[in-house]
Amino acid sequence: MKSGKIPNQVLQVGFVFLLVGTSMILVRQHFIPESFGELGHYRADAVGVIASHEIQFAGWQACMECHEDQVAAKNNSFHRTLSCETCHGAAAEHASGEAEEDPPLPTGRALCLTCHRYLVSRPTGFPQIIEELHEPAKLCHTCHDPHDPTPSERPESCSGCHAAIARVKAVSHHAPLDCEVCHEVAPEHFLRPRSNIPRKPFERAFCGNCHAAGVDTPANFRGVDLTAFEVPKVDQDTHGGTLLCWQCHYQHSPEAR
Amino acid sequence: MNPAHQAQLEAALQQVTGFIYPNEAELHWSILVVIYPYITGLVAGAFILASLEKVFKVKDLQPTYRLALLTALAFVFVAPIPLQAHLGHPERAFEIFLTPNPSSAMAMFGFVYAWYLMVVLLLEIWFEFREDMVRWRQQSRGLKKLFYWLISLGSRDVSPGAVAFDHKAVYAITILGIPSAFLLHGYVGFIFGSVKANPFWSSVLMPIVFLFSAIVSGISLVLILYYITTLLRRKTLDQKCLNALAAFLFYALIIDLSLESLDFIHRLYESEESIEILAELIFSKLFISLAIVQILLGTIGPLLLLAFALFTGLPNELKRLAFFIAAIFVQVGIFSTRWNVVIGGQLFSKSFRGLTAYKLELGGQEGLLTALGLLILPFIILYVLLKLFPPWDDARTDTKPTEG
Amino acid sequence: MSKTYERREFLADLVKFPCATLLLGVSGPIKALASAGNEYQASEHNYAMGVQIEKCIGCGKCVEACKIENDVPMEPYYFRTWVERYIIYTDGEVSVDSPNGGINGFPPVESDKDILRTFFVPKLCNHCENPPCVQVCPVGATFKSQDGVVLVDDDYCIGCRYCIQACPYGARFLDPRTHTAGKCTFCYHRITEGLLPACVEICPTQARIFGELDKLSTPLNRMMRQSNIQVLKAHMNTEPKVFYSDLDGEVR
Repeated sequence: MKSGKIPNQVLQVGFVFLLVGTSMILVRQHFIPESFGELGHYRADAVGVIASHEIQFAGWQACMECHEDQVAAKNNSFHRTLSCETCHGAAAEHASGEAEEDPPLPTGRALCLTCHRYLVSRPTGFPQIIEELHEPAKLCHTCHDPHDPTPSERPESCSGCHAAIARVKAVSHHAPLDCEVCHEVAPEHFLRPRSNIPRKPFERAFCGNCHAAGVDTPANFRGVDLTAFEVPKVDQDTHGGTLLCWQCHYQHSPEAR
Repeated sequence: MNPAHQAQLEAALQQVTGFIYPNEAELHWSILVVIYPYITGLVAGAFILASLEKVFKVKDLQPTYRLALLTALAFVFVAPIPLQAHLGHPERAFEIFLTPNPSSAMAMFGFVYAWYLMVVLLLEIWFEFREDMVRWRQQSRGLKKLFYWLISLGSRDVSPGAVAFDHKAVYAITILGIPSAFLLHGYVGFIFGSVKANPFWSSVLMPIVFLFSAIVSGISLVLILYYITTLLRRKTLDQKCLNALAAFLFYALIIDLSLESLDFIHRLYESEESIEILAELIFSKLFISLAIVQILLGTIGPLLLLAFALFTGLPNELKRLAFFIAAIFVQVGIFSTRWNVVIGGQLFSKSFRGLTAYKLELGGQEGLLTALGLLILPFIILYVLLKLFPPWDDARTDTKPTEG
Repeated sequence: MSKTYERREFLADLVKFPCATLLLGVSGPIKALASAGNEYQASEHNYAMGVQIEKCIGCGKCVEACKIENDVPMEPYYFRTWVERYIIYTDGEVSVDSPNGGINGFPPVESDKDILRTFFVPKLCNHCENPPCVQVCPVGATFKSQDGVVLVDDDYCIGCRYCIQACPYGARFLDPRTHTAGKCTFCYHRITEGLLPACVEICPTQARIFGELDKLSTPLNRMMRQSNIQVLKAHMNTEPKVFYSDLDGEVR
């Protein structure tokens, strides 16, 4: 080997590297998917493949085409937020006219209870029932039309809907008080609750009817004899400053800690 | 759908404590992904050990230089297999070369691996063994002759000038190879350390911790191999070499332990949102593999044993035995380190509210038998390599001294 | 309002929506109308979802609908969307559950302890603006589409599961049939046809609101104007596009 000349072994290794390198580049060019990189670092064709997935739920607008009456009734009722397929199941095949069978008409209590069984975590105000207590022998649709579920008769008690509040109140010092003791409830509330919201007392004077120092516990407060209970008294002029009662005491569980 | 797999998931769900996201019942990176960093760690560690002799002129380590290189090569061949085997679509693995995502830590694996295997290891070994390969070709016949001819790329030049050039090339490649070995395994650490969603992995220290544990594992593996091969060949062990290996193992272990402790203290002191679930994890599901195996048996134990053997006037026979036993324990410890990182990092929910379980299967694609096979395979490859390219000094007696 | 005011408003709108101005100006109204009814243009959309915690009743209908619509395995380990129940007791203990992803609803609370507050949280892929799953995909098999939806290319995914590790929300799984990553697509096949995602369509209380993030007069935008909006794990800087109203601090 002469100095200044590239050594043989480097030429040999270099040749192999060149061969491997070039073939890898050529192979790579050949195998990269055609649409790769068109829209970003991915196969643009994949978007179309994903978009072509088969639709299962037709959407309630599709139901409108044939079942206008039911949809209209539903849309005017408390079930207006439901989609037809929430209860009747995926019906795209039915909507396109290709299904051999009609979508199911659920008749048991199970489906309704999926949403309306009492669960403490459900939002206050959402209508919930305790399965065992609420007409256990009847099917839901005997009293409630699923497309317009407002009951034809008023619920027996407030806890039918306001279970979460009733549950708290039942173990509180205010347990003996009926809801109507504090809330003025218009009869329409039982039929159209949200458009006839009961009045909530918020003045200090209202609580003072029982709890103000120097005021005798009423023997007949809106029909309830309260003298049997030990009612805590406070001087409303000094107690709590300018705060309203409910800012510290939750009326449905008025702990004084 | 595989019924056995479904049964396994059901069993895992039974063992969940607290709350996990519903999709977290399945543990995704199995024992195969434990083996991957374990093996790459051995590769990087063995190579760094080899470079100690070449670049830093630690002459005592000369008997292990070529052995370390071949060990690195044997293990680097196996390194990608567990990764490939654990993919949902192994046949699509080549896509990582076609369309590597520049923002993905994992996408660089193919390139880091190719660079390390092709440019660093193969080149260094080729130049290191070229002169011998030419000679072995001259001495052998038939298929073997053809093999050496092919593998030496038809090279014939064994003039002093050409051999001197080989030495220079090896030196240059080793210098390039040290950062490459750091890259190879530091990068593996980055794959885990950069997952910000996982507080157990996400740590800037991860690549460095990986690196030093790699060095520890590489040195101890070469020590074990040197010990065994020398005894099998009925030669005498070079006590100076063993002493040097043990000393380097000792210092690397100390750095490794310090880094791990720093990581631990840092986490404990910062005490982030995830600290409670991680503490629960460490004291329940990871207690044996982390506290007992990794730290006590795999780190503190060998450290004490090595210190005792190195710094007391122990007879050489006992010293060697102590080194060997310490190295074995280090291997067990490093394997459990990998296990604790990979499996441990998946045993808690990202909701930080519960722990899941991992049950190692015996058979199957990701089972214990596959794992054992993959751990034995590099030793088989190494056996073949040692037969084809004997790295022993006595196999090259008729050549001139290494340094020209 | 007087006529002059309307004109001013119109002019202001033209300034606000330069694209529309350009379209009207250059192509004329006829062409603009034609393009509205025809081809779907991904670049014109940026989808997001709003979830109103206070409306969710935990019925699990969304979970069921999602599995049916998207052919997700019915086994309880694979979910594109799921519902979690949080119960925070007065002693500070937090209990979370999601039995089978909530697909069959939730059992009654067993504990006798006093409850401070309790609620349901529907979860799904957040279709992050900075999706960590897309960042880590080694081959470009998961990506953010032009309309802001994070999708998976089933024919290209190698099944390495790095994306599953990288998702802070547990929104991904490995489909046991295809061995590729599975996740919510916002029902991409539906939204590109003008339908709502199945979970949104089916939700009986309309707790989920789907829509365009960049358009001002949409139900989604109204909800975002009128509520306290939170996203999950904001500190991850993933910029989620599922927006929760009145989300409790305990939710992770």
